[in-house]
Amino acid sequence: MPGKLKAKIVAGRHLPVMDRASDLTDAFVEVKFGNTTFKTDVFPKSLNPQWNSEWFKFEVDDEDLQDEPLQITVLDHDTYSANDAIGKVYIDIDPLLCTEAASIISGWFPIYDTIHGIRGEINVLVKVELFNDLNRFRQSSCGVKFFCTTSIPRGYRAAMVHGFVEELVVNEDPEYQWIDRIRTPRASNEARQRLISLMSGELQRKIGLKVLEMGGNAVVGYLQCFDLEGESGLVVRAIGTACTLEKQSSGSLVNTHTHPNTAPASNACNSPSKDGKESPLAHGCRSTHNSPVHSACSSQRLSQNFSVSVPTLIFTGMGSGGSAGKEAGPLKTLLRQQTQTALEQREFPFFTLTSFPPGFLVHVGGVVSARSVKLLDRIHNPALGNTRSYKLLDWNSVTADEPETRDAWWEEIRQEIKSHAKALGCHAVVGYSENTSICEEVCILSASGTAAILNPRYMREGCLDIGSTDQRFDDPSPPSCGFCHIPYDELNMPFPAQLTYCYNCRRQKVPDVLFTTIDLPAEAAVTGKGCLIQARLCRLKKKAQGEVNATAISNLLPFMEYELHTQLMNKLKLRSMNALFGLHIQISVGENMLLGLASATGVYLTALPAPGGIQIAGKTSGDLNNEQHIQAIQKRINDTIAKNKELYQINPPELTEEGVGSPIPEPRHRSRLFRSHSESSDEVSELDLSHGKKDAFVLEIDDTDAVEDIHSLLIDASPPTGFYTCNTETMPGIYNWTTAVQMFTSVRVLRLSNANLSNQSLNKIFTDLCENLLKSFYFKLRSNIPCCLCHLNFTVAVPEEELIQVSVTAVAMTFDKDQTQERFITKGGIETEEQLQFPLELCADSSSTNAQPSSKFSGVPENTIVSPRAASVDYGSFADRCSTWLELLRLKAHTIRRGSVKTISSLEHCSPLTEGRPRSLRSSRSFGGSSVTMVKMTPLSFLPGTRIIKYLGIINMFFIRETTSLREEGGVSGFLHSFIAEVFAMVRAHVAALGGNAVVSYSMKDCVLMENPNKNQAQCLINVSGDAVICVRETDQEPMTSMTNIGQTCAADGAT
Amino acid sequence: MAVELDVFVGNTTIMDEEVYQLWLDGYTVNDAVKVRMAGGMLDECEANQDVLLSDTMDQYRTFQMCERLLQSPAKLANQLLFQIPPHRQTMLIERYYAFDDVFVREVLGKKLSKGTKKDLDDIGAKTGVTLKSCRRQFDNFKRVFKVVEELKGPLVENIRQHFLLSDKLARDYAAIVFFANNRFETGKKKLQYLTFQDFAFCAGQLINNWTVGAVDNTVEDMDVDLDKEFLQELKELKILITDKDLLDQHKSLVCTALRGKTKAFAEMEANFKNLSRGLVNIATKLTNTKDVRDFFIDLVEKFIEPCRSDRWTSADIKLYLTHYTNSAHILDSFKHQAVWDRYMGVIKSCIYKMYHD
Repeated sequence: MPGKLKAKIVAGRHLPVMDRASDLTDAFVEVKFGNTTFKTDVFPKSLNPQWNSEWFKFEVDDEDLQDEPLQITVLDHDTYSANDAIGKVYIDIDPLLCTEAASIISGWFPIYDTIHGIRGEINVLVKVELFNDLNRFRQSSCGVKFFCTTSIPRGYRAAMVHGFVEELVVNEDPEYQWIDRIRTPRASNEARQRLISLMSGELQRKIGLKVLEMGGNAVVGYLQCFDLEGESGLVVRAIGTACTLEKQSSGSLVNTHTHPNTAPASNACNSPSKDGKESPLAHGCRSTHNSPVHSACSSQRLSQNFSVSVPTLIFTGMGSGGSAGKEAGPLKTLLRQQTQTALEQREFPFFTLTSFPPGFLVHVGGVVSARSVKLLDRIHNPALGNTRSYKLLDWNSVTADEPETRDAWWEEIRQEIKSHAKALGCHAVVGYSENTSICEEVCILSASGTAAILNPRYMREGCLDIGSTDQRFDDPSPPSCGFCHIPYDELNMPFPAQLTYCYNCRRQKVPDVLFTTIDLPAEAAVTGKGCLIQARLCRLKKKAQGEVNATAISNLLPFMEYELHTQLMNKLKLRSMNALFGLHIQISVGENMLLGLASATGVYLTALPAPGGIQIAGKTSGDLNNEQHIQAIQKRINDTIAKNKELYQINPPELTEEGVGSPIPEPRHRSRLFRSHSESSDEVSELDLSHGKKDAFVLEIDDTDAVEDIHSLLIDASPPTGFYTCNTETMPGIYNWTTAVQMFTSVRVLRLSNANLSNQSLNKIFTDLCENLLKSFYFKLRSNIPCCLCHLNFTVAVPEEELIQVSVTAVAMTFDKDQTQERFITKGGIETEEQLQFPLELCADSSSTNAQPSSKFSGVPENTIVSPRAASVDYGSFADRCSTWLELLRLKAHTIRRGSVKTISSLEHCSPLTEGRPRSLRSSRSFGGSSVTMVKMTPLSFLPGTRIIKYLGIINMFFIRETTSLREEGGVSGFLHSFIAEVFAMVRAHVAALGGNAVVSYSMKDCVLMENPNKNQAQCLINVSGDAVICVRETDQEPMTSMTNIGQTCAADGAT
Repeated sequence: MAVELDVFVGNTTIMDEEVYQLWLDGYTVNDAVKVRMAGGMLDECEANQDVLLSDTMDQYRTFQMCERLLQSPAKLANQLLFQIPPHRQTMLIERYYAFDDVFVREVLGKKLSKGTKKDLDDIGAKTGVTLKSCRRQFDNFKRVFKVVEELKGPLVENIRQHFLLSDKLARDYAAIVFFANNRFETGKKKLQYLTFQDFAFCAGQLINNWTVGAVDNTVEDMDVDLDKEFLQELKELKILITDKDLLDQHKSLVCTALRGKTKAFAEMEANFKNLSRGLVNIATKLTNTKDVRDFFIDLVEKFIEPCRSDRWTSADIKLYLTHYTNSAHILDSFKHQAVWDRYMGVIKSCIYKMYHD
């Protein structure tokens, strides 16, 4: 009996009128936990009842405490007929189980009904008394902290990062049970909500157990998803990163604050002394260089590592390379060995984190991803052939509704990711995430991450305390560029890439382009600002059933990945940038089409070489009209690049060979696309798409694909003045955030009226849809200018045939344009410290090795121009190869169930960056407070201008809303609009009841909308999550408990 | 390619004041888009018509969802559905309860009943206010009327607290409620030149001086109903015109005081008896509900019109009424000084306000 749960029902307000005759309500409340139910007295004839009940006590196992929600039902008493339900409140009591989180839940909760929405509010008090449990074999994992935040939470430091934890649970979906035919929609919805709440509780408990086993005390980057597989069931799965977190004492926090560290700040200014300091290093590197790497050996290496029965694409970062600086060699090996042992003990060296304590991330290899197409089995239809699909999928001896099947599916994908990472010379995958897309019985499982080499210090026991002794094993690269240095062996590269010496430290090699799924490291050196880059793609497919359908989809996948990648690359070059962060590729499947959306934040990493331009080439020369046409397009592209350079303030330092004296390799870029598909590793086909030795990234205009590409390239409008966009946490180059944040969710659904659309027109429609959404945001948020739309998270779905749904959640953060440089510098230093929560000596270290490129090379004559570089893709030859390849695919169609793609981009280049993100602490205007606590929400892990002083627990909520009077509720837009507003309201109420005033790392994981306008019906499911926190303004030491304070913050929030 | 669904929801509810006004004014979404386009919104943030349409639709939906809360503004502050900073809430309420002077002028003093509501389309057509906006304004009047009807305490304060309105707007509503309750006639042709603000001022004077609440602030309806006792006492003033000596005495006192101070002296002297009879007759008849309703028309007919035809200036009116009121105090046989002051105080300020040069 290890726990006692106590609940008290205080009062209700704004209740709906349940008795038409009196225009009043006779309300009472049922409080249920597990199988125990208590009732309050009836409070007659009032819309604002005061129950002021006794404390209802539930004596329960802590296992149940973790699994079950507290269920509060408000009813209207009726003497003659059955009592009518007004609505329900589910309270997740998990935050109370952790000593460091909330101690009491107290506040007004919206009373929610799945048919009517919010119907009044109820004031509830909940407490938990936990008894110590010494049982070693306990099933509960109380006390393990969960964070949605994908970085080490502020105020904590990671004593140890244990690694990947995953779990999934499966159940039948109540919506598809036989009983659903006879029960009301309300009962069915409530059964579903309750089941999912139970399942996520169980899942969290199981993950917690795994964490305890590993010796950790927290899960960071906790990502939970639902797969609504229809008749075959309901899957709730979660992944996360187990850590041992230590709370930083407030004293040390203050210390960091006041410590006069100007290291990062010095990056921002051009101190001439840096020139002298850095140039010897550059000289040191110069001697070694330059034998191009053979593609043959790399491909061999790759094939050895792949044992997957799938077409695999590998995108490389383009270019030829050279050998490495010698001095780094042995150290690197040592480092690798050490880390390897630390990581090899783990089955999957994956980390769901996207930003890391400084020094954690040593090198980044590139994006690795894997996809797999599966057929869901039908529980109720064994005749239709479980066995058939099993045979097909090669999954014998498992039944569909057992978690093992799904486990095995994911296991397979993870293995593949692991091997991809290995091929890149990396032993770990960071920024790891998994998702699914389901249409009827076909399911695409996807996983992606960034291959990386990590510092072993964090993987070993007691590592941080002896950080200084470990220092010698650390890679000597400066943190501003170290992560860009290639992790793989230069002489035995996994793919052909053009390597150059790092433009920052000049000691090690970097690739020319880098793609990652992680956030931009805070210490990375960046030139100019970044922007959101999206690749969008629609592909029609024939309607089909079962395996035919699955085959068709898996055949399409590699092409989609390839085209998305090409689009990204083109758009990156068009913006004159050389790296992508936060890359997220979503492929969504519908009955007659596939949608692909890749979003990332492009930046110019100072450490990497400048990107080449894009050159248009016509195949048939001689035609004068054609020539003119090409020239016109070329001019447009060149103009756009020039314009973008200005817009994003990309003015990289001009490097000169003579001045620096180092032989920077003649920039010659080639693009290579190369794919292997084989079941055993011996069959490798390679596509060399390079057009010989062309210097520019060439687009063949004769190719229809190319025309389309160019069109889509130029159609993207850059954001209007005053707006920046990114899908990462923050935007490089913007530091002085104000406290004004505006989080929003927007959903748009398009109906394709014309049945006979071509791929091309579909693409155009899809692109316009995304672009128009962005345009709408700019307009709506114009009062926030100057501002940056951060963490723009696009999700696409094909809810029905001919429908395209795009949902976006993001936050508009206003910044102060006119802040003085001086202030920015001081703030920068302090901020970095505080934000990274990381031992000071490392910071100091980083500062000494950092140097700004502009200062480094400022004295150098500028004769050698960094000539326009280019990588080329030959579409013509690609098409040819594709067709042969397709044939091959067709032959093997029955065995192929998976498309997997590995995207690797190489990069390199370093320079110190202005890493700090000073945020302004402008005192907010004060307005009168209201009785409702304002709760800020943001998808980011922080709120500008504030400090998180306490994490109160994870918010993970699932709601269903249904209506049978769609027209009366303002159509499907009105229905969804009020539902989203209701979801926000319920999240805010829960946070406020926990004593919090903000939600960080908020995300809307699912928004599944089904409508039937003819029947006047609609149903929607929404799943949201985030971390409830208490934050204070940066200058305050105490939490803002007083109403006035809260009023102030929110007022500032809304005032802009 | 039809947009099937398009929503944008902010954690802090985004409301554009301009669109809010268009919504309040009863514009349809399409008309609102046209107005916004004409207003140069297209130049902002590279917007196009679709963007404007989508934004306008979103905002209209938000306002519609908010409308229920705006109808009982106290709820807006402690509801959980929309996170709206307090100063924005104040703006929303204030604007929702704002009304068009031309519209209120039409319904002022009318019974706030279904019958009147049926005539709203005519009023809309006459005043150029959209029917939707007319309905909102009318329903607001009715709602405020219903709520304060049953409340004790000062009228203006009650309105202010229940509807969270500014002092100015609360006073205007008090006037509307007061007029509706006493059914003052304001629609006659002769009264057309008077604005709502003229009437609102007079209502304020009446509420502050002639109602029960002016002497006792604990009774129900204290500020809505006129003080019956006072109205009864007004009958005593009749002596000022029935007693010939008193009338002459009064006249000579006033004329002595006025002589040489105004160009209109001759007319004042000639009209004194007429005017005095007019004002005192109004006072003595106020016990009849019918005559209360005609209070303003009587003031105009019996006093303002004669003066205007003689081309008195506002200053003349002021001068005349001051001496007219004060001289009564010197009359030895006139014993009703208190009632006289209470009566003339209001009459004086009402006439000042109603007399337009």
